[in-house]
Amino acid sequence: MVRLPYTTALTTLFSYGLLFAFGQLRDLFRKLLDWFRSKDLKGYAPICLGLEDFYVRRLYLRIQDCFGRPIASAPDAWIDVVERYSNDNNKTLHRTSNSTKCLNLGSYNYLGFAAADEYCTPRVIESLKKYSPSTCSVRVDGGTTQLHAELEELVARFVGKPAAVLFGMGYVTNSAIIPCLIGKGGLLISDSLNHNSIVNGARGSGATVRVFQHNSPSHLEEVLREQIAEGQPRTHRPWKKIIVIVEGIYSMEGELCKLPEIIAVCKKYKAYTYLDEAHSIGAIGKSGRGVCELLGVDPADVDIMMGTFTKSFGSCGGYIAASKEIIQYLKYTCPAHLYATSMSPPAVQQVISAIKVILGEDGSNRGAQKLARIRENSNFFRSELQKMGFEVLGDNDSPVMPIMLYNPAKIPAFSRECLRQNVAVVTVAFPATPLLLARARICISAAHTREDMIKGLEVISKVGDLVGIKYFPTEPPKLAKEAHKKPVAVILP
Amino acid sequence: MMSALMNMTTALRDWVSALYDAPPTRAVVFGIPIDGHLVVEALLIVVILFQLTRKSYKPPKRPLTEKEIDELCEEWMPEPLCPPITEDMQTEPPTLESAARPHTTIGGKEVINFASANYLGLIANEKIIGSCIGSLEKYGVGSCGPRGFYGTIDVHLDCETKIAKFLGTPDSILYSYGISTIFSVIPAFCKKGDIIVADEGVQWGVQNGLYLSRSTVVYFKHNDMASLANTLEKLTRGNKRAEKIRRYIVVEAIYQNSGQMAPLDEIVRLKEKYRFRLILEESHSFGVLGNSGRGLAEYYGVPIEKIDIITAGMGNALATDGGFCTGSVRVVDHQRLSSSGYVFSASLPPYLANAAISAVDYLEENPSVLTTLRNNIALLWKGLSDVPGLEIASHPLSPIIFLKLKKSTSSPKGDLQLLEQIAKRALEEDSVFLVTTKRSSLDRCRLPVGIRLFVSAGHSESDLVKVSNSLKRVAVSVLS
Repeated sequence: MVRLPYTTALTTLFSYGLLFAFGQLRDLFRKLLDWFRSKDLKGYAPICLGLEDFYVRRLYLRIQDCFGRPIASAPDAWIDVVERYSNDNNKTLHRTSNSTKCLNLGSYNYLGFAAADEYCTPRVIESLKKYSPSTCSVRVDGGTTQLHAELEELVARFVGKPAAVLFGMGYVTNSAIIPCLIGKGGLLISDSLNHNSIVNGARGSGATVRVFQHNSPSHLEEVLREQIAEGQPRTHRPWKKIIVIVEGIYSMEGELCKLPEIIAVCKKYKAYTYLDEAHSIGAIGKSGRGVCELLGVDPADVDIMMGTFTKSFGSCGGYIAASKEIIQYLKYTCPAHLYATSMSPPAVQQVISAIKVILGEDGSNRGAQKLARIRENSNFFRSELQKMGFEVLGDNDSPVMPIMLYNPAKIPAFSRECLRQNVAVVTVAFPATPLLLARARICISAAHTREDMIKGLEVISKVGDLVGIKYFPTEPPKLAKEAHKKPVAVILP
Repeated sequence: MMSALMNMTTALRDWVSALYDAPPTRAVVFGIPIDGHLVVEALLIVVILFQLTRKSYKPPKRPLTEKEIDELCEEWMPEPLCPPITEDMQTEPPTLESAARPHTTIGGKEVINFASANYLGLIANEKIIGSCIGSLEKYGVGSCGPRGFYGTIDVHLDCETKIAKFLGTPDSILYSYGISTIFSVIPAFCKKGDIIVADEGVQWGVQNGLYLSRSTVVYFKHNDMASLANTLEKLTRGNKRAEKIRRYIVVEAIYQNSGQMAPLDEIVRLKEKYRFRLILEESHSFGVLGNSGRGLAEYYGVPIEKIDIITAGMGNALATDGGFCTGSVRVVDHQRLSSSGYVFSASLPPYLANAAISAVDYLEENPSVLTTLRNNIALLWKGLSDVPGLEIASHPLSPIIFLKLKKSTSSPKGDLQLLEQIAKRALEEDSVFLVTTKRSSLDRCRLPVGIRLFVSAGHSESDLVKVSNSLKRVAVSVLS
């Protein structure tokens, strides 16, 4: 959990207050200047009224160059970030044709399949020539090819469930499946930090939604007991069914879910479980099978497992794995299966090849190497950052590590300074995180070598000193005694 | 008489004064004389105050004890996660063994494919595949990040500029999946309290967007302009707060559920009269209608600035995946931060963006492909107009030809069974691949089900003749 020191909270609030006051002042001037200029809306209501887009206009636009940076290469360990310039104080940004090579600490490339891979790419090109980029048809009409059938079987085998179904986009998977499984009269209990796609799916289903405190099985039990005893709101009829939705790794915290305890609670109260493994499938666990393998949970205990192929497999799309009956039912009624174009065949082939590499079925041990490397990399990076005095969130073995920034001014400072020293980081602020808890998020990949990481650590340490985010005392560097590498003695407190 | 009355009043007066002057009951308590009526009055006041301080009678609240909650939890039985599997849930669609071209392979046999929305015949186009291969070698397959966090690749920006230039709008924005485009755009603009007027035959993506937006949605009869005018009139009459409420009309250019075409000139006239904004869904008309394929606005000769928001999925004419939305600069910029399908999802794989750019290039260089498509549609229309038992329900220019039963059975399920029999036999006996409409249980559209044929510019005349003959033959045997 994040421990927010008092002084930091006060200074952050003060900064936001100042920005807010200046924003309001500018709005006032704008209103006065525009008093005499006629608005050409001609009787239509404006797209955004009043304060609805205040945050965007007055706060976000100032630091717009830290987000949405275009790249001109594959999202591998090193990327070419395109330079942009602005003539009107960051309101509009224009591309140039120059680019700088930077270390990529922001893309979700956990196993390094993002760029052209020696096993996957030739097969993808072959499938492209055979099946073309798209089938132009929905799965139930003429969009099912042999590749789709093969991948569904392979995913089911990989995850450990009897059957699976594919979708072309991870976001749509959540938004379209949850309404099929539960409707009015059902109860959804979701973690307070769940992803926007789950929130959308929950809203679209029409069921009642309750939230439990992030990663707290005891609070979940409390909520379950209360809700089962109360029944539906106002009528007090018993609930038709209850589904508890959790994620494997929470992308803004880097934490693992406390899966064994949550499953135990759900089994006791007969609630169904839905596990969203968008970030954890392929990236954690001894053979890459996700959070179930890492925490020792039997996949048969989780009713529905969902995942995406964008992060660890370097492709696009999502899947749902569950029992044969549920998958049959979903194929019959899920709108994403009946109305949405089927997944692009080359992307399907990429996932098939990636899974084969991970399982070692391509005849080499590159998969096992990649898995070992990402685990090593994540643990090394995290421990070094903690030694330097940064406040790093997340559990061990998780490749996502947020570094707390807190103050709004430190967000652009950190981002721009790192870019100047050729390291590309991702900074996240409101509304993706709570207002006071802005952070920089690092995603480690198996494609990063030890030298890359040391360079990254150096730059982050220098910039961290400049910006002032080393909130914890630093550990004095350990002299020698590291079993495999030379000591990282350049990092001084 | 008078004296008797006088006597009575005097007697009364004497009696009252006697009562008044009568000495009160005296009591002596602890040496203090207390007046009697004061005691009574004091007691009354005390009783009144006592009653006022009592709470009103409520049965006491007894929260459930732990043991009772345990019992309730024990007793509660949830429904199963999915309903029992029935016969019709078990049908599997046919598996393609080659690309979804006008001639494709199913089960080892070559069939004529009318199930892919490959309107311009761009599947397996050499140039497009060449550019995709180049893109795959340079960028890999996925983009590994959302647009805000290093997922924006220069190919995406090029694609957005290209589409905007092709349509003549200031800017456009790219989404990573066709169906998520419309259900992310609508909630980005329409919030609680806004008014949306939508056609009742819109597809599920639009319905989901309307539901998620939490605005007031009013449906008008499918493609009926009189009904639309009525609805707009009713909603705006007497409504003085028009300045603050945002109002939208949502229609599709070519309806996926029926093949009808929306009369854009009429809609634009109504929208300008009543001051509504227009959201036009052009998935099946982009690259098909108009002299150069620019869509419904070009077909009707309406300037593109009059349509506020245009969205389209690229999985049809452009033979790639993903979607785009275009409009004024304000409209597009607003979506970059508030459209959930754009902000919270990984971006489109770069090779698909490359395929889109090549497809638009092809369309600009070869506008004759549109004439071929139009001829094919006209030929097939003629060939199918006399199929016994089925009638064409779509617009003559729509690339989706929609056949519905002339005499429908009492339920959509019954209709669907007959139509599926026709489709199955056409595939098995004549190697012609057609599809029926499949409705999800979440879909609220109540239009009739039917058989759909997606016409492509790649179909040859003999293909079209073959499918008409096949349908005529099979329909006769199934429906008689």
